[in-house]
Amino acid sequence: MELTLWTYEGPPHVGAMRVATSMEGVHYVLHAPQGDTYADLLFTMIERRGRRPPVTYTTFQARDLGGDTAELVKRTVIAAVERFRPEALLVGESCTAELIQDQPGALAAGMDLGGIPMVSLELPAYSKKENWGAAETLYQLVRGLLKEQLPPPGSPKIDPSRWCAEGRRPRVNLLGPSLLGFRCRDDVREVSRLLAEHGIDVNVVAPLDARPADLQRIPSADANVCLYPELAAPLCSWLERSFGMATVRTVPIGVGATEEFLREICALLTLDPPELGEGERASRLPWYSRSVDSTYLTGKRVFIFGDATHALAAARIASRELGFEVVGLGTYSRELAREVRAAAKELGLEALISDDYLAVEKAMAEAAPELVLGTQMERHSAKRLGVPCAVISTPLHVQDVPARYAPQMGWEGANVIFDTWVHPLMMGLEEHLIGMFRHDFEFVDGHRSHLGDGAPSPSPVADSVPDPRHPSHPDQLPEGTGAVAVAVAPPEGAELCWSPDGEAELHKIPFFVRGKVRRNTENFARERGIGMIDAETLYDAKAHFSH
Amino acid sequence: MPLSPSAPSSDPAVAGASELPVLRENGQREVFCGLTSIVWLHRRMPDAFFLVVGSRTCAHLVQSAAGVMIFAEPRFGTAILGERDLAGLADANDELDRLVRDLLERRPEIRTLFLVGSCPSEVIKLDLARAAERLSSQFVGRVRVLNYSGSGIETTFTQGEDNALQSMLPLLPATEEPQLLLVGTLADAVEDRFVSLFQRLGIPVVRSLPPRRSTDLPPVGPGTRVLLAQPFLSGTARALQRRGAELIRAPYPFGVEGSRLWMEAAAAAFGIAPERVAEVLAPLIERGRRAIAPQRERLAGKRLFLLPDSQMEIPLARFLHRECGMELVEVGTPYLDRQLMAEEIALLPAGTAISEGQDVERQLERVRTERPDLVLCGLGLANPLEAEGLATKWSIELVFSPIHGCDQAGELAELFARSLRRRELLSFA
Repeated sequence: MELTLWTYEGPPHVGAMRVATSMEGVHYVLHAPQGDTYADLLFTMIERRGRRPPVTYTTFQARDLGGDTAELVKRTVIAAVERFRPEALLVGESCTAELIQDQPGALAAGMDLGGIPMVSLELPAYSKKENWGAAETLYQLVRGLLKEQLPPPGSPKIDPSRWCAEGRRPRVNLLGPSLLGFRCRDDVREVSRLLAEHGIDVNVVAPLDARPADLQRIPSADANVCLYPELAAPLCSWLERSFGMATVRTVPIGVGATEEFLREICALLTLDPPELGEGERASRLPWYSRSVDSTYLTGKRVFIFGDATHALAAARIASRELGFEVVGLGTYSRELAREVRAAAKELGLEALISDDYLAVEKAMAEAAPELVLGTQMERHSAKRLGVPCAVISTPLHVQDVPARYAPQMGWEGANVIFDTWVHPLMMGLEEHLIGMFRHDFEFVDGHRSHLGDGAPSPSPVADSVPDPRHPSHPDQLPEGTGAVAVAVAPPEGAELCWSPDGEAELHKIPFFVRGKVRRNTENFARERGIGMIDAETLYDAKAHFSH
Repeated sequence: MPLSPSAPSSDPAVAGASELPVLRENGQREVFCGLTSIVWLHRRMPDAFFLVVGSRTCAHLVQSAAGVMIFAEPRFGTAILGERDLAGLADANDELDRLVRDLLERRPEIRTLFLVGSCPSEVIKLDLARAAERLSSQFVGRVRVLNYSGSGIETTFTQGEDNALQSMLPLLPATEEPQLLLVGTLADAVEDRFVSLFQRLGIPVVRSLPPRRSTDLPPVGPGTRVLLAQPFLSGTARALQRRGAELIRAPYPFGVEGSRLWMEAAAAAFGIAPERVAEVLAPLIERGRRAIAPQRERLAGKRLFLLPDSQMEIPLARFLHRECGMELVEVGTPYLDRQLMAEEIALLPAGTAISEGQDVERQLERVRTERPDLVLCGLGLANPLEAEGLATKWSIELVFSPIHGCDQAGELAELFARSLRRRELLSFA
């Protein structure tokens, strides 16, 4: 038993719903009680879908439990097949139905469904989660639909360069994009365009917008692209084992990864390697990152948390392409923990593998980042800590489904990422000017127009000196203010207090970084057992944190 | 239809309406389970914690229904059952105790802990009543531990509150003092307004269940007259009657008419002179009608289809028909408690199509056939219906918004009119 106040992932049957709802012509009969239909709103509200998910719930009630719930399953299957005439049927159960052991998949297998392919889903609700459920569903569905095409053991592998001999362009499958995934709709378009530019066709995209008949065309591609390992890794491995299809595993998020992706896929398909420095020309990120305004990005402390795919990509982009310092890296994707641990180790960090958002928030606070790249939950945690944040990963929020074209992958994805990550930060020249003119009255507390209401003010006692007639210069402070040592409540409960000169020095710092300086200084003092923070402590702390 | 000042149930012209034929359906339900009511209950009682004992689905449901991402330390959570808990129930009880101890240690401000049963905990027959007893004695003097079921196999959406309130009743002290007890969660501001109005009418003691602090439980007994502020509290109403309280029969306080009849019924129960009541209510009624008038212009003559969701459908249909002039195509309700709805049904026009329960596919077929001007429905259905060209109003907003009383009647009508107004506003030509 585990206390959960909030969860990054839903149960595994929601993963199955993602696959079913992403596709056309698939229907999912779910043995589930009233209330489980809540999952429909994930699609109709967050994704703004204009269609209900293709899911029929048995809606069993307590009074059914004494009777024949198995009969209810059969009736529901028949009604769903009659009404929706699907091209493939998924049958499964949610957590409660798993306990009553009706085995709806086995029941459906014994029924005459008029030849409709049926896949029975067994998704252990008490040990697995949403992404696992989606990956398992995609794998089982493809496996079920390719049953007839399975080559006998010992058959030769699919040669990725067979397209030459067949006199056609090479073609690949894009596996993994789905609804409720992060920017999948736009990633598919961007990656398809990228591949087309290199003479590569897209054979099947799955599950997004695919029909069951499309899944049956998967083996006609020369290779598979594992676009989102959370959803497609098990399927790609199975296609490797059973059909001998090669997999491209580099995820093209960021300029470097996109170039690597192109090199990998061209080598695999025996195409000419992409031109050197293609990313420099095709994406604006490299030049924007080199331009002088970006100098201020140097060494910005970044904390990263998300699903494995996006956290790994973010770590690479942040450290190599933007010159940030990654001070924390973690994921809630336990299935891909190994990869994230390895990436963290390379950066001299220990990965945080957790689905407890409070543990993530604690790690975030300890890492004292200047920018957080995380999920919507980290956005809220960062807001509490007064740190800017950009969202890089699911779980999806309605804001993560923008009207505009906003991929994460490929060249345009790199452009989008540059803007999305850098805009929450102060612009370089702006920061420089504010440093120069910070004693001018425009920058006195209360003048916050250029930051809206986003500026942190963690200590209302010390930071509310809103009178613009009294710039926060020690010699100009209203009488009395400077003489009072303002006690702040340190989070760990230790007694910390600020001397008048320390407080005065703190007030010379622009308000939008003051909260961070205050926290850093207090942590510094606490670690060293300093009870009274004066100006010297503040400068010692500044020196400590500046390298 | 003009507003009728006559008492509802005694009017022979509409009494026949209680004989309405009801279409009963049993199929797929597009309705939340009772766990969802935690979303407003935890806000009503900030010193209480709601611990669902269930699965990841339960946790995901509550956070999705609430759109919750805003709390550093929310006052609800889920004890997620793992495979080991399913293997041995003795262990599950130990695990629950451990988890509750950890939680209460970390959250010393909690005064009442609700253990909320779910579908999985009901199916494995985890005895939360005994767990609550056990934990209550461990934390005696510090935290009261109660339990109720919010499971989808036993409750729909708002029934969760009915069960939560019933779990509190044994703790209510006994009293013979005459008092008016308002039952059902109201927005704090709306509650304050009602209390001051009742006091102006001359009812000196007005208390509320649930209270704002979980430990300020109102007493109950023979002097208590219960006025239901929400239409979904069947079990609580009956249990309070067993404690000697008298249930005031009235329509529910939605719209000017409903609010007036509701307050008049309370005043009558305390023997307050009708002249005094009229004197206090007249300006409210006048103002409320004025607030409704512009919305009525937009809503009058429009055809409304209500899908079952919050159990407020029948009172809302009554308001929208009688005060806003809407035509009722079908009034769906998750379940029909004829006793608690008698005064409401009596006010509906003869022949109103009421449906109880749901078979969502068949109901949607009726929606498509009828092509109403406005559909009241849950979040899972709203965008798909909009995409089919039907205007919708989300029902969940009605349980979160202050909509009770004469003062809110204009706003309540506006919630429905807005959907239509928006469609008129938009143009992409």
